[in-house]
Amino acid sequence: MTADRPAEIVRPYGDTTGDGRIQVSFTLPVPFSTPTERARAEGAAMQLATKMGLEPAMVVHAKGMGPDYTFFVVYGRVSHLVDLSHVTVTEREFPLLSSAEVNLRIRSNLGRKLVVVGACIGTDAHTVGIDAILNVKGHSGEKGLEYYREIRVVNLGSQVAVPDLVAKAAAESADAVLVSQVVTQRDAHISNARDMSAAFEAGAGQFAGDRRPLLVVGGPRFDPSMAADLGVDKIFGKGTTPGEVASYLAYALAPGGDGGGAADPAGDSAARVHGAAA
Amino acid sequence: MQTRLNLDPAIVREARALAATAGQPIVEMAKTHTTVSVERAVLRLAGLKGADADGMPWVNHLVDAVREATGLEHGVALPAWDALLTGGYDSLAGLAQAAALRTVSFRIPSGTDAVSARQAAQAALQAGIARIDASRAQRQALISQTADPPKPWIYLIVATGDIYEDIPQAQAAAREGADIIAVIRSTGQSLLDYVPEGATREGFAGTYATQENFRLMRAALDETSRELGRYVRLTNYASGLCMPEIASLAGLERLDMMLNDCMYGIIFRDINPRRTFIDQRFSRQIHARAGIIINTGEDNYLTTADAVDAAHTVVVSQLMNEFFGTEAGLADSQLGLGHAFEINPAVPDSFLLELAHAQLVRELFPDAPLKYMPPTKHMTGNVFAGYLLDAFFNLCGVMTDQSILLVGMMTEGIHTPFLSDRDLALENVRYVRDAAGRLGESFVPAPGGFIEQRAQQVLGESIGLLRRINSEGLLTAIAEGTFGITKRPADGGRGLDGVISRADGYFNPASEILEAGNEAAAPSAPALTRMGAN
Repeated sequence: MTADRPAEIVRPYGDTTGDGRIQVSFTLPVPFSTPTERARAEGAAMQLATKMGLEPAMVVHAKGMGPDYTFFVVYGRVSHLVDLSHVTVTEREFPLLSSAEVNLRIRSNLGRKLVVVGACIGTDAHTVGIDAILNVKGHSGEKGLEYYREIRVVNLGSQVAVPDLVAKAAAESADAVLVSQVVTQRDAHISNARDMSAAFEAGAGQFAGDRRPLLVVGGPRFDPSMAADLGVDKIFGKGTTPGEVASYLAYALAPGGDGGGAADPAGDSAARVHGAAA
Repeated sequence: MQTRLNLDPAIVREARALAATAGQPIVEMAKTHTTVSVERAVLRLAGLKGADADGMPWVNHLVDAVREATGLEHGVALPAWDALLTGGYDSLAGLAQAAALRTVSFRIPSGTDAVSARQAAQAALQAGIARIDASRAQRQALISQTADPPKPWIYLIVATGDIYEDIPQAQAAAREGADIIAVIRSTGQSLLDYVPEGATREGFAGTYATQENFRLMRAALDETSRELGRYVRLTNYASGLCMPEIASLAGLERLDMMLNDCMYGIIFRDINPRRTFIDQRFSRQIHARAGIIINTGEDNYLTTADAVDAAHTVVVSQLMNEFFGTEAGLADSQLGLGHAFEINPAVPDSFLLELAHAQLVRELFPDAPLKYMPPTKHMTGNVFAGYLLDAFFNLCGVMTDQSILLVGMMTEGIHTPFLSDRDLALENVRYVRDAAGRLGESFVPAPGGFIEQRAQQVLGESIGLLRRINSEGLLTAIAEGTFGITKRPADGGRGLDGVISRADGYFNPASEILEAGNEAAAPSAPALTRMGAN
């Protein structure tokens, strides 16, 4: 995946190789009632299409939506070239699995339910993050970890003191501890996470094999590259979905023979694709 | 009621009877307990509003202070109004502010002091419930001045997080054909044990439900209703830890429909089952009085479980929601029971299965304004295929005479709908309604055919599940994960510490008025005499 590879050029395909034809739809805040307004609206759509690189462009559909907006469908030809040798693919260290695949992997490789204890620690009372990951309700169209048959979830809620979290995690024989920090003063989320990981290291003797559970923290203000610095195993940032967390837990805690998931990687789901702009 | 599915009336009767016996112990529990939210709702109905500088409502302060001093076993009203009368406070707000500083001494009054406190509280609540009655009358007046749209009502969602952005979007949606506007709440509001205050401009994927937001949106939709000559209804969400309070605010501010499910908070939000059922009964009594149509959340089961395998859990939940709703005084016309079009389109005959399920629900609840939810689980990001699936949903809706159609968005699960997504979705509904709106009258499944057999099978499976629930008890069934996969023990989940067993002499002036009113208005026995009894 280096830039040294020979250029490999493709263009959009309409009905002929290399024709470069695409379709877009968009809305402009312009009226579409009188003949003059209609002509102006279509002209505005043409101008946008041209600036987007569609040339020639054809407005095939325009419809007024209420008094102030118009919706357009535009076809056109783009002159841009896609150089496949410049597409970089960032592998995440774990494959994204469906809930069925996660369940199968835990069943096959762990042979029992995976126990997850979740909490908001310190003074943070905002459970929106941890709940979005743990509650069946989930978010962004993905069900939370409670939905997974092979994961047992213990959600301790908000403002949990670190010693209580360690004790509860030990009592539940937690495989993983998930901590969310949403609203924190100064950099309290950093020091809270460090306190937590230190407490788990100190209390490792309470856990099977004297090994602390997997520590996962999440929240919009965390930098995902700081895991080692904070003494935790994984940091999830803004926009993380329950499926990503479940996939990570299966990867980290139920490794080994592919429980059906990794042997049959679901298309491109294991990788996040970036188009290299420059 | 003529059945097109050849349902056996004896089986339908048995299903209702089983739901009633499963629900009755829950009703008994609700009648012998109260919650912090029920007590806060009493204060809200008496007109106490506002919050401290940190946004914590005065009703929370007052209820917490009373609980510390006397406990809530007798209800908040008796000690609160006693303190109001004997402590020289000019208002409930003055009392609550002093109570927040813990400078009020509360007691359970006796003798003539108790009589005075009781009378003062009753007068305050009479005035509060009268405001709900006035809101209901105003709704009727506005409907007669404008017009009640024909069913199915078109239900559209706005969810910007900012009430001042929601308003123009809602008005635009109404102009484009929406009959009902639902304002989605901020993620996780159902888990807050207080109701936020004031007009709000920030939320997580939705807008906070507050009294002021309710008022602002209803006023804007009144304006639009007059402009369009058609009454546009407003919906919000009661489910959660503050069900009684949000129901009260909705009644006061003339919302028209509320999401209020008997088990949603338990299953999907891990709210304590006892707390939920107690809160729910009071909230539904308020809805009954306010003329609000409830929407139940059975569609959610199908987003977690397979829509074919779990079809009967929807029917069972609908029967439970009907039992609890009717017991709380809701009329059939207020029972917006929910279900959804969520079968995997790759399943052979998926549309026939959807027709069977939708027609079954229609026939089981002939007078309920059923709320039908569009596909979400199998919307893939292929917006073109999604548009087609939504059209089939709309077709199923009109063929089986559903009452409330939530408009499916082809960009479901991708982003909050663009203006154009909404416009295209409404175009889809309009086309299907205009092209096939009267197809329902000709839709008679072949006797003994696939659709009839499937409907009867689902009904049969519902009976089986209801029997199981009856043998182990509803709370145990919930604890064992019967609904929506998750196990929810009766003593687990959030909010259990807000549940209080009532003492002898428990006094709740709001419940007194509501139960007297509902007894006068509602039939005493729930629904056993409906279809299937003849």
